[in-house]
Amino acid sequence: MTSATQPDTEPQTRMTGAAIVLKALQDQGVDVVFGYPGGAVLPIYDELFTTNAVRHILVRHEQGAVHAAEGYARSTGKVGVVLVTSGPGATNAVTGLTDALMDSIPIVCLTGQVPTHLIGNDAFQEADTTGITRPCTKHNYLVKSVDHLSDIMHEAFHVAARGRPGPVVIDLPKDVLFADGPYRAPSAPRRTTYRPRTVPDQDAVEQAVDLIASAERPVFYGGGGLINSGPEASRLLTEFVQMTGYPTTLTLMGLGAFPASDRRFLGMLGMHGTYEANLAMYNCDVMINIGARFDDRVTGRISDFSPRSRKIHVDIDPSSINKNVPVDVPVIGDAATVLARMIETWKRKGCRPRQDALARWWEQIDSWRARDCLAYSQDGSVIKPQHAIRRLFEKIRGRDFYITTEVGQHQMWAAQYFEFEEPNRWMTSGGLGTMGYGLPAALGVQVAHPDALVIDVAGEASFLMNIQELSTLCQYGLPVKAFIVNNQWMGMVRQWQELIHGGRYSESYTASLPDFVKLAESFGGVGLIARTADDLDDVIDEMLAVDRFVLADIRVSKEENCFPMIPSGAAHNEMLLGQDDRMEHETSDDGMVLV
Amino acid sequence: MGQQEDAREQRRTIAVLVDNEPGVLARVIGLFSGRGYNIESLTVSEVDPVAGFSRITIVTSGTSMVIEQIKAQLARLVPVHEVHDLSTEGPHIERELALIKVANRGDARIEALRIADMFRARAIDSTLESFVFELTGNPGKINAFVGLMEAIGTTEVCRGGVVAISRGSNISMVTVDGDPEDDPTQAG
Repeated sequence: MTSATQPDTEPQTRMTGAAIVLKALQDQGVDVVFGYPGGAVLPIYDELFTTNAVRHILVRHEQGAVHAAEGYARSTGKVGVVLVTSGPGATNAVTGLTDALMDSIPIVCLTGQVPTHLIGNDAFQEADTTGITRPCTKHNYLVKSVDHLSDIMHEAFHVAARGRPGPVVIDLPKDVLFADGPYRAPSAPRRTTYRPRTVPDQDAVEQAVDLIASAERPVFYGGGGLINSGPEASRLLTEFVQMTGYPTTLTLMGLGAFPASDRRFLGMLGMHGTYEANLAMYNCDVMINIGARFDDRVTGRISDFSPRSRKIHVDIDPSSINKNVPVDVPVIGDAATVLARMIETWKRKGCRPRQDALARWWEQIDSWRARDCLAYSQDGSVIKPQHAIRRLFEKIRGRDFYITTEVGQHQMWAAQYFEFEEPNRWMTSGGLGTMGYGLPAALGVQVAHPDALVIDVAGEASFLMNIQELSTLCQYGLPVKAFIVNNQWMGMVRQWQELIHGGRYSESYTASLPDFVKLAESFGGVGLIARTADDLDDVIDEMLAVDRFVLADIRVSKEENCFPMIPSGAAHNEMLLGQDDRMEHETSDDGMVLV
Repeated sequence: MGQQEDAREQRRTIAVLVDNEPGVLARVIGLFSGRGYNIESLTVSEVDPVAGFSRITIVTSGTSMVIEQIKAQLARLVPVHEVHDLSTEGPHIERELALIKVANRGDARIEALRIADMFRARAIDSTLESFVFELTGNPGKINAFVGLMEAIGTTEVCRGGVVAISRGSNISMVTVDGDPEDDPTQAG
């Protein structure tokens, strides 16, 4: 921070470091903080106690605090705020911070630190927090003087939210929190080096539009950048797709950016994406990537990724361009701004889609779609997990709902069988794949939207990873519904062991699970169980009717696999559509090493 | 299709202007180690004590795709103001300082002085069986000098790493920050 070099013209008020922290949070419009107290942050908790300036949600583990803040941020578009203590408080937050970095979620995490004179002395509950979090944050600060504190607080919010969003850590030594210092308002001029570009180069936009207009087999490929840009980006994408009539697919992170009910939506793409989405990507001649990053879950074998297409890549982060896949027309900018310029340019140039070619392309896509790759048959009394998830969606269709997930098969099924009509309704750990994400994330969503229906679609293994947050749900009366798709296996691990490791199911079965009904009751919630297909609808109805938190233990068939699937190291045109689809080749050595 | 990637490894000299603040070098080095990029040489020192800027010179190698990644990744670090690829932006000069101790006796000492004279190396310390030479030049010149000294004695080498700057009158890296009111987000 070099902001002290700026002439300071406005009147300053002096207060303690702890008061500066809370004043800055208020001035940044923060209405809730997810946290857990400890020795190093006691001055802030003391200030909270006396001023009641910001609502504090007491979680049960610091990892839960970060995921809750992520859920809050993703469902509101605001910055999520976390407050934890030094040492273990900070190290427990690391998984959440890494998750937020991978999925580009704006978080400000305040960590306590031992007093400055003890830093480096291996003091009690000391950890090198800025050192540990440097690679898992967008930026971090160690505040060595109270004089810089308010500027750092404001800059942290700026850095977290602007450009490609991400987590920012502010490490606060305890003596700084006690010291008196000046408070400068967010509006005070300050030097910040972080000024990401949001407005695209018009030449690039023109080139992109020309290419889009020339396409015979186009596909829009949208990602989380559309969500992060704000609802306007989703509205503009929808408008552009309707103008062009082009097929559209979305990544796991992008679901909701385009209405799933629109016939131009091909479903999610990637490893467990639909047949039609992946074959459209493979066979297209022009790919329009807006706010996605050519992640390995999406591309499959990179050398065979969409080999005959010219590619447009719209991204706010220049480092995403040409990182995995070389592109023909890079456009640096904010998704909504770029889309607005593209639409304006398209209209000004009087562009028209090439109707004949497009009709043939749709005919081809419809033939892929006719394979009905997500079909399953629910026969017999054992509940199929796909059926459980689809029935849940059908029961809540049209309601004001938010879905979070844990990580694994249930996550992919939820992505496949839920239909999202608008952004900010779907919260899932995409980049990091963090088991235990869904429950605390749902907690954060429910805090932001107290009257909405918030459901954590969970697997029983992931659910156990942050189960302590049930206590938080109870304390704050948060009526989160946990829909546990329970097959007793770490399903995705089991699936890979079956398909790739010769059916040697090493350590992927949970031989001892809690009684989820009693567990819910012991935490003050409601427990339900569905053992057969006949129970399912009643259990879902009851779950939705209860106004407390619910654990619904849905006992599903144990050995169901998640299809379609692109095996690791394979290309989009080498999908497995079901259990009867043999893998044509043994997984290659190159594929075996991939995760 | 896409751009055809040039798969050849290239050596590049990159200059980075950063805020001189704690942890900034760790950020840059962590970026290189965390993402598996090469560092052949890295030097850093403050260049503007008033504005608090340091300049880092990094010599790295990689395919053109990797080099572009390195530059983009550096540019998105918050304390980084400017990133310049000196190897591609025009002619530039590279210099390195080296201190070379050579221990030998007899005629070899005369040969050492003769070579040092040719390389314009200065003897800055001497005993009856050793010299310490100070030499500046591009890395190739220093390699050549070290090679010759190794042939005529036992050597110990300390090198300062590459520093580099563009040729010509163009001041490409201004060491005074622009107006904070400038908003490049509105550029273009």
